[in-house]
Amino acid sequence: MPSSAAIETGVAIEKGSSLGRDAWARLKKNKMAMFGLWFFVAITSICFLLPLLPFFPDPNATFLELKSLGAFATATAKDGSTQFYLLGSDNLGRDIFARIVHGGRVSLTVGFIATAVSLLIGVAYGATAGYLGGRIDSAMMRLVDILYALPFMIIVIILTTFFGNSLLLLFVCIGAVEWLTMSRIVRGQVLSLKNQEFVEAARSLGLSDRAIIFRHLIPNTLGPVIVYTTLTVPAVMRLEAILSFLGLGVQPPNASWGSLIAEGADRMISDPALLIFPAIVFALTLFALNFLGDGLRDALDVRASKD
Amino acid sequence: MSTPAYILSRVAQSVFALFCIITITFFLVRLAPGGPFDDDRAVSEHTRAQMDAYYGLDKPLPLQYVKYLGNYIRGDLGPSFGNKGYTVNEVIAQSWPVSVTIGLVGLAIALGIGIPIGVFAAARPNSKTDYLLMSIATLGICLPTFVIGPLLAAFLGLKLGWFDVFGWENSSAWMLASLTLGLYYAAYIARLTRGSMLEQLSHDYVRTARAKGVSPNATLFKHAFRGGITPVVAYLGPALAGLIAGSFVVESIFGLPGLGQHFIKAAKNRDYTLILGTVSVFATLILAMNLLVDIVQTWLDPRRKISS
Repeated sequence: MPSSAAIETGVAIEKGSSLGRDAWARLKKNKMAMFGLWFFVAITSICFLLPLLPFFPDPNATFLELKSLGAFATATAKDGSTQFYLLGSDNLGRDIFARIVHGGRVSLTVGFIATAVSLLIGVAYGATAGYLGGRIDSAMMRLVDILYALPFMIIVIILTTFFGNSLLLLFVCIGAVEWLTMSRIVRGQVLSLKNQEFVEAARSLGLSDRAIIFRHLIPNTLGPVIVYTTLTVPAVMRLEAILSFLGLGVQPPNASWGSLIAEGADRMISDPALLIFPAIVFALTLFALNFLGDGLRDALDVRASKD
Repeated sequence: MSTPAYILSRVAQSVFALFCIITITFFLVRLAPGGPFDDDRAVSEHTRAQMDAYYGLDKPLPLQYVKYLGNYIRGDLGPSFGNKGYTVNEVIAQSWPVSVTIGLVGLAIALGIGIPIGVFAAARPNSKTDYLLMSIATLGICLPTFVIGPLLAAFLGLKLGWFDVFGWENSSAWMLASLTLGLYYAAYIARLTRGSMLEQLSHDYVRTARAKGVSPNATLFKHAFRGGITPVVAYLGPALAGLIAGSFVVESIFGLPGLGQHFIKAAKNRDYTLILGTVSVFATLILAMNLLVDIVQTWLDPRRKISS
């Protein structure tokens, strides 16, 4: 029976050499990236957890007699209960803060799910093309080249106008648009990995192509994939915001950051708070994610400008 | 491959891509639920049949598709369903100069501001100027056009009165629209240029040039620039696609009667022929730009041609 000290030492050595730990240590040194990380965690928690509180105001409740309150205003409703407006209210008396939080939930959900869709398609497609190689690879990548040339915004607009404005469709549309770059990155990685000895070993052990791709190759491409995923989330959120701005995304009375900004832009002169608050939150979130992505790229030592 | 053969094969590829786009769009819009006459007040069976016959909707779909392609090759895009009395050719002829002007001026602004800032920052990496410029550029990427647009309209247009803020005729609103579009891409191009210039400057040939006495400026502009500009050139294709998507937004902010406005209206009204017409114009623009980018890239970096 081995002594407990030996086990402990073994564990300590293994932990010390972990790749993830090294990357985390490097990331922690990058102040802007850490700001991005914490800001993103904070804004996500606020958007998803705050509305669960019992006293959180209903974002769609209208009080016409209370239109356009300023920030930090308190109003007394007809039944005598008081309501506090952190960022004031819009022209229908709706709480701007509550609407931004709820809008954020929609924008972030679209960002996460559409990115997940693009991740699934892109990684599976790229890994398959890179691993199989030869003619199949060039045919698959030719297809990606052709799709790159398609005016995708146009396809998304056609799909959303023709099949109605469901959120589900929005996820699928955006996800289906964003997978191309991901597939190129993964393919490049797999091409450089597939001739290494560990793949040879796996094959000689009799593993199927599928098992080699999904169990051995894909886990080794994680670095660039994580970096690109971090940068895809803000890109997707921008796309959703553009669609909502054009009236093709989230439908009223529900809101996303894009539709809030669109509403605010309409009443910019009479009520600038309606544009400024959602625009600041949206821009800061994208800012944070971009810095986090850049920081992760440095920390995981992925070569820049590789797409 | 020789250069003419390479260009020829790329042209053939682009024509094939255009064919794919038209085919996909045709069946996508035709197989989707709804039709162009759904919003009209109720018409008799007879009138409806006459309308369908006039627009050729009474024949089987594959036949309509073949007929559409035949007319398309002859340059006839058919009558517009939504703009009664106009052909799609007329609608596009009126609106494409608006979109192309905004887009190209926007692209010129983006390159004119973005590249110098990127090179300037790369020449003094990790200095305070560098950090300041790159923070502004990152902020520029995070502020969407539909935030920058209304803000520019409020300050430069309404407050200072330098620009008109609405409409195309006898007004300067389109310049503001170009500026809105251009600033976003300027920010992106500045970051891209800085990154690739820094990479080039770390190469041995730059050290060799400096060692044999080439001045810092000449090294920067004569040696590093040619390699450093390649990613920016490669980005022009996607940038144009992005400018077109952005033009939907700025055309709606500044009330400009461009292709984007027509396209969105056409999609909402199920105006089949106008959708196909605008899509094929957008697609042709993007494909032509990608082709041009490829040719310029092989000229900048002859190794590309051999590998492809």
